[in-house]
Amino acid sequence: MDYNVIWYVIVGILLIGFAILDGFDLGVGILHLFTKTDHDRRIMLNSIGPVWDGNEVWLITAGGALFAAFPEIYATAFSGFYLAFMLLLIALIFRAVSIEFRSKEKNPRWRKTWDFCFFFGSVTASILFGVAIGNAVIGLHIESDMEYHGTFLNLLNPYALLCGFFNMVMFALHGAVFLNIKTEGKLQRQVKSWIKTIYPIFVILFIAVTGITLSIKPEMIANFSYGHFEYKEPSHQLIADYQSVISSVAWLVVFLNVLSVLNIPRAIHKNKEMFAFISSSCTIAALISLFALGIFPNLLISNVEPEYSLNIYNGSSSQKTLKTMFEIAIWGMPFVLAYTSIIYWTYRGKTVLNEHSY
Amino acid sequence: MNLDPELLARLQFAFTIMFHYIFPPFSIGLGLLIVIYESLYVFKKKAIYEKIARFWVKIFAANFAVGVATGIVMEFEFGTNWSTYSRYVGDVFGSPLAAEGIFAFFLESGFLSILLFGWHRVSKGMHLFSTFMVFIGSTMSAFWIVVANSWQQTPAAFEIVTNNGASRAVITDFWGMVFNPSALVRFEHVVVGAFIQGAFLVLSISAYYILKNKYEDFAKSSFRIALIVMTLASFLQLFLGDLSAKIVAEHQPAKFAALEGLYETRSNAPLYAFGWVDEKNEKTTGLAIPGMLSFLTHGDFNATVNGLDKIPVDERPPVNRTFQVYHIMITLGFFFIGLSVFSLIMLGMKKLYTTKWLMKVYVGAVILPVIANQCGWMTAEFGRQPWVVWGLLKTSDGISKTVTAPEILTSLILFFIVYVLLFFVWIYVLDKEIKHGPEHFEDLPYAGYARRGDRADTIEGNV
Repeated sequence: MDYNVIWYVIVGILLIGFAILDGFDLGVGILHLFTKTDHDRRIMLNSIGPVWDGNEVWLITAGGALFAAFPEIYATAFSGFYLAFMLLLIALIFRAVSIEFRSKEKNPRWRKTWDFCFFFGSVTASILFGVAIGNAVIGLHIESDMEYHGTFLNLLNPYALLCGFFNMVMFALHGAVFLNIKTEGKLQRQVKSWIKTIYPIFVILFIAVTGITLSIKPEMIANFSYGHFEYKEPSHQLIADYQSVISSVAWLVVFLNVLSVLNIPRAIHKNKEMFAFISSSCTIAALISLFALGIFPNLLISNVEPEYSLNIYNGSSSQKTLKTMFEIAIWGMPFVLAYTSIIYWTYRGKTVLNEHSY
Repeated sequence: MNLDPELLARLQFAFTIMFHYIFPPFSIGLGLLIVIYESLYVFKKKAIYEKIARFWVKIFAANFAVGVATGIVMEFEFGTNWSTYSRYVGDVFGSPLAAEGIFAFFLESGFLSILLFGWHRVSKGMHLFSTFMVFIGSTMSAFWIVVANSWQQTPAAFEIVTNNGASRAVITDFWGMVFNPSALVRFEHVVVGAFIQGAFLVLSISAYYILKNKYEDFAKSSFRIALIVMTLASFLQLFLGDLSAKIVAEHQPAKFAALEGLYETRSNAPLYAFGWVDEKNEKTTGLAIPGMLSFLTHGDFNATVNGLDKIPVDERPPVNRTFQVYHIMITLGFFFIGLSVFSLIMLGMKKLYTTKWLMKVYVGAVILPVIANQCGWMTAEFGRQPWVVWGLLKTSDGISKTVTAPEILTSLILFFIVYVLLFFVWIYVLDKEIKHGPEHFEDLPYAGYARRGDRADTIEGNV
């Protein structure tokens, strides 16, 4: 393994961290409009209150890591998807301030306005995350100059939108599973009924997205095929060398993915709240891992010419930077995990309101 | 209409960063004061300081939220609007941003939750520790971001590598990049500027209460400590500003000449108190102390200082703009020193809080350090033009190639609307918090801290 592969894994871990952690608070943002009373909305907001900011840092750090490790990819993606990123920024700004400002005024119109902003921000960010992954799968109009030459509307193609919608449903489910831990009584019963509604939609979309992906982009499965399946471009040296290991890991992830999806309703039914949340988190981690295994070693696939694709070698920083940054990451990550654990431990248990609440 | 994408991209960056830069200095400065107030509560066991710490935490929270929300924009804009720049220097410039994420953002966002909501959940010591960590986190964030900016001002520890016809900067020594010639001094200059700005926020709101005869013990205790911090920081800033200017003189001669509008290389160079630069005729007029610039730069009134005549015309920064913002910053710096000395004398004479006009000055003065810090930032950035990386890459060569002017205009208008809205909401919320004043914790059913291990769930109140 070289530093380029290690950084592919690190960016992947940061994205998984973002999707699991920010995923549930985005989910809460999507769901909270479905409760009607101010008290219930406050319970929902305060269940993510102490952690949402730290969760979003995973996305910011993933962006920073992409810039440091793969500057070409950072530059192509961020300038190419200009309007999409601007929309994401506006969504994240509204989300951040609506949580803080909502509680400052008792007036129902004030609160409803911020509730809507919070909802809008959460839905938009969730859909865009899925749209980004969808486009990374089907490939982009990237020319030999490493620049994206498509438009904003090209990004909103049916497949990408389906992925966006799927991601929103997945985050909503994840958010509901999280709320099931943090709520009690009548609100918890309501949350459980949401899970019962969202789960089948999630499973149908899961199957649909998998099926459509395999039919329009069969090469997504090339790295899983023990070398039996080669599509257009020859596979990467690293995959050729470790073909059987990589394929075995990939199928293990597929197996675990199915298992974790099936376990969500089982754990909910048995009132194992935390177990359900872990299953939901594993589902998200597995899906992102499958995506990463599918496109490896590319990060941005060109649908013009395979060799224009940006991969972990032609898009990376120098070895010196990759090595130094790896050392920094190794130093930093234990601290990050320590703070995260301390915070989640401090705020364990059911959410209640007091005078510091939002 | 012919829109210039470079101009729009620069306008957007300037607007979004200036708006963002209102908030982090408040967070850092107010953070320091909250650490002091809470330490006084925990170690001196004076109950008034609990009230003080808790009140300022509420002000801090509203400010922090806007700061965080507008900060993400900056990280994205390097890629969205300046992608050619990002490709060219990403190997060097990306790493301090990533380090900021790993070392600063996680720290501050994590402990922020204990600072804001942890009063019942953790022990006093742990809460104080968390407050301190949030302060350290926001200061570290400033460190990494100033490092990144300083590398643009005084690039070091890199080489230019050409691969397949495309050249880019590649790092040769990470710590050499981090501690580039201007990084440490500029970081100290920025952080001390933040201390002054945070202190003035406390001084302003406290002075308002004193004038209104409300919460007097609370306001006077808050005021006194903020005044001490402001005084120390203002004097320190005089020293750091001078040091910073010397580094500019050494490493960025064009910027340095622009600061004082010095066109002609000469000995006995003057230092302007204020003035105007006629860029067309290359002439600077105003009130100046002869020889002072030579003395401050080289310790000798007759030393020669390089002027803009040594710099090719197309590599000169916009002189008058740079001159003006720099002089506004310095004038304000001296005003802070004068104000603090005068206020301390009045405090000694026990007349400080009863001198109404002085309190009124403090109420309004909160805007001044914000202006000073903004001018400081503008000085640094105007003075670096036309380079985005000093001597290496021109700003005009750094913009995104695929982004069109209408796209940038759209996002600029969007940001403008959103930020104006945010600003007024922030002011409104702040105003509400100020009018509401500090809480009376003794009246609450579960005042004070919970014991370690207690769960707040068991003390649900009707709030």
